[in-house]
Amino acid sequence: MAATTENRVIASLKDSLISAVIAFALFGPIVGLKTETEPGGLALSAHFGTVGVIVAIVFVGRLLLNLLVWKADRPITRGLSGLIPAQTSLGGFGKFVAPVALLFALIFPFLPITDRYILDLSVLVLTYVMLGWGLNIVVGLAGLLDLGYVAFYAVGAYSYALLSTKFFPMLVEMGYVGGGIMDWAFWICLPLAGILAAFWGIILGFPVLRLRGDYLAIVTLAFGEIVRIVLLNWYWFTGGPDGISRIPRPSFFGIPFSRGEGGFADTFNLDYSSMQRIVFFYYLILALALLTNLVTLRLRRLPIGRAWEALREDEIACRSLGINTTNTKLTAFAIGAMFGGFAGSFFATRQGFISPESFTFIESAVILAIVVLGGLGSQIGVVIAAVVMIGGFEIFRQAEEFRMLIFGLLMVFIMVWRPRGLISSRKPSIGLHSRKAIGAENVAQGQG
Amino acid sequence: MASWSENPILKVEHLTMRFGGLVAIDDLSFDVGRGDITALIGPNGAGKTTVFNCITGFYKPTEGRLKLRHHDGDTFLLERMPDFKIARHAKVARTFQNIRLFGGMTVLENLMVAQHNPLMHASAFSFAGIFSLPRFRNAEAKAVERATYWLEHVNLIDRADDPASDLPYGAQRRLEIARAMCTGPELLCLDEPAAGLNPRESAELNKLLRYIGANHETSILLIEHDMSVVMEISDHVVVLDYGEKISDGNPEKVKNDPAVIAAYLGVDDEEVETVEQEVGV
Repeated sequence: MAATTENRVIASLKDSLISAVIAFALFGPIVGLKTETEPGGLALSAHFGTVGVIVAIVFVGRLLLNLLVWKADRPITRGLSGLIPAQTSLGGFGKFVAPVALLFALIFPFLPITDRYILDLSVLVLTYVMLGWGLNIVVGLAGLLDLGYVAFYAVGAYSYALLSTKFFPMLVEMGYVGGGIMDWAFWICLPLAGILAAFWGIILGFPVLRLRGDYLAIVTLAFGEIVRIVLLNWYWFTGGPDGISRIPRPSFFGIPFSRGEGGFADTFNLDYSSMQRIVFFYYLILALALLTNLVTLRLRRLPIGRAWEALREDEIACRSLGINTTNTKLTAFAIGAMFGGFAGSFFATRQGFISPESFTFIESAVILAIVVLGGLGSQIGVVIAAVVMIGGFEIFRQAEEFRMLIFGLLMVFIMVWRPRGLISSRKPSIGLHSRKAIGAENVAQGQG
Repeated sequence: MASWSENPILKVEHLTMRFGGLVAIDDLSFDVGRGDITALIGPNGAGKTTVFNCITGFYKPTEGRLKLRHHDGDTFLLERMPDFKIARHAKVARTFQNIRLFGGMTVLENLMVAQHNPLMHASAFSFAGIFSLPRFRNAEAKAVERATYWLEHVNLIDRADDPASDLPYGAQRRLEIARAMCTGPELLCLDEPAAGLNPRESAELNKLLRYIGANHETSILLIEHDMSVVMEISDHVVVLDYGEKISDGNPEKVKNDPAVIAAYLGVDDEEVETVEQEVGV
């Protein structure tokens, strides 16, 4: 027994020494040598004290880990694994939570805890919920990995911004329509923006039809960047990096949220408050998001939705059953993009100002992370993930530079705990006797 | 003239498939009789699945013609059609050697996906479906009825709401056949339907295939290694070896054909010479 303990200590020391040497090789040049500007050029200054401390930390840390965890008879971390909750199927979860969450969302603006900041934040969260639901059609149902979803968000936002700031005023000026159209600008542009985004969804869909997996991801990623770079460089049309400002705010079905006569407050005999518009934004995005959800849930139970899911499960089998996989993929891209476009016009009208900076790759990544974290194909999962990700990001605002770190750790933890997302089970679209949830282990993730 | 050549559902004429320098099928011609069960047999690598992939459009044949005639007289040249149109218009359904079910979907959903095209038509590209108009509801009820019919015949009605990948192997094979039949095919192509089945399941499969042949306007073409299935149920057997047809006829004739015995069933080492002499190699 004594011999094995001795061997273990020697092995641990050896291992730690190797780690220390590697640490020295890595940190020696990076931390140990520093360039400093001096009159007449650069000079090197040595910081070997710091390197020594780092190497010592690595050596001691590795030794302790070796002795207490990796090579120990009783690892001190043994108790920790019990802390991670067991894998449970949250299948019937949605049935109970969804109505409660919906009711909560409906009365939320009138709760006493709701102030302007919280309401603004929840509008943001709802925007991401809607984007997540839109992307869920493409990624969760059809199984096509789309890393450029933000492109459709951008198309929607720019469609609304350009139509309402350039095209409509031009029509008014030329006398084709009356000036009253500007009050309705948002309501006319919303469907147009959706249609344009869907059109771009099809444009993206065509070249990627034959691609799968990594290749599909790369091309969609490139598409997102192309759209952003075009917006950045097409100066006379999009305003380039200056963006588009003074985008008209939406009206309450023709009644503007302005102070004074004819405004919303005046018409409904209320005192004017800037909160009214924010509450309206809240209900607007809630309605748009619920529309997305409703359409998705309905489509899932139609032949087109079943074809999407079948495509995710096995594309070759789909073709052998006479399903036109080209059209099926294109409709998934188009409908997903359409909801992205709706969300984009909402974003433009809420901000009043847009520029290509709002549509970077990180947005696509966040939306995709929401979908993956929530569980591919799960509607309620997306809501939870959006609240956790966007809301959580705000909570850690005080932690400043550490918040990315906390955030990353949180995501790693969730992925270890539930590798297929928070809600990973699938509800069948039709049942003969009952509709039992299908566990994640049976459901394919799609090869694209 | 053999009975299967009188009014064939499918005429394969001079079919050749080359992959680069490799000739997988070489000038193959045979007929698939209407209402018959035709078996395509041959040793591993003989090109049977390649023939299937050509018929169902997953490969484009290098040369040759595949002429399919429905019982109402509509004629299709399969070599010119993309795969999904062969399934949709020419009504050729197939199963796969390695089962390809939609594993994460229920048994019933699998059969509903198979009826995608009529349902899609009834849902008026989803517009009638979104608002759940009676036209779509009726079509869906009919589709469920059809699915139920096939589930009863493949003995899976009790598992209708279970995910397809939870079924045992033999049941998955039967489900794949049911799924193919839900498309209402004129020609059903089965790629090794009895592979991995135990004798009892094989016998059930024979019964099912006979039932399909007797009660539906569906002709069956199957690839099979299990001779008990081939010899018992097929009306017509075509034997392939190295991409060429070496025998063609009724099971009795093929069973006693020395070329088939040599190439497919194999012979003992001592007998090789005698057989080679008989065949004339």
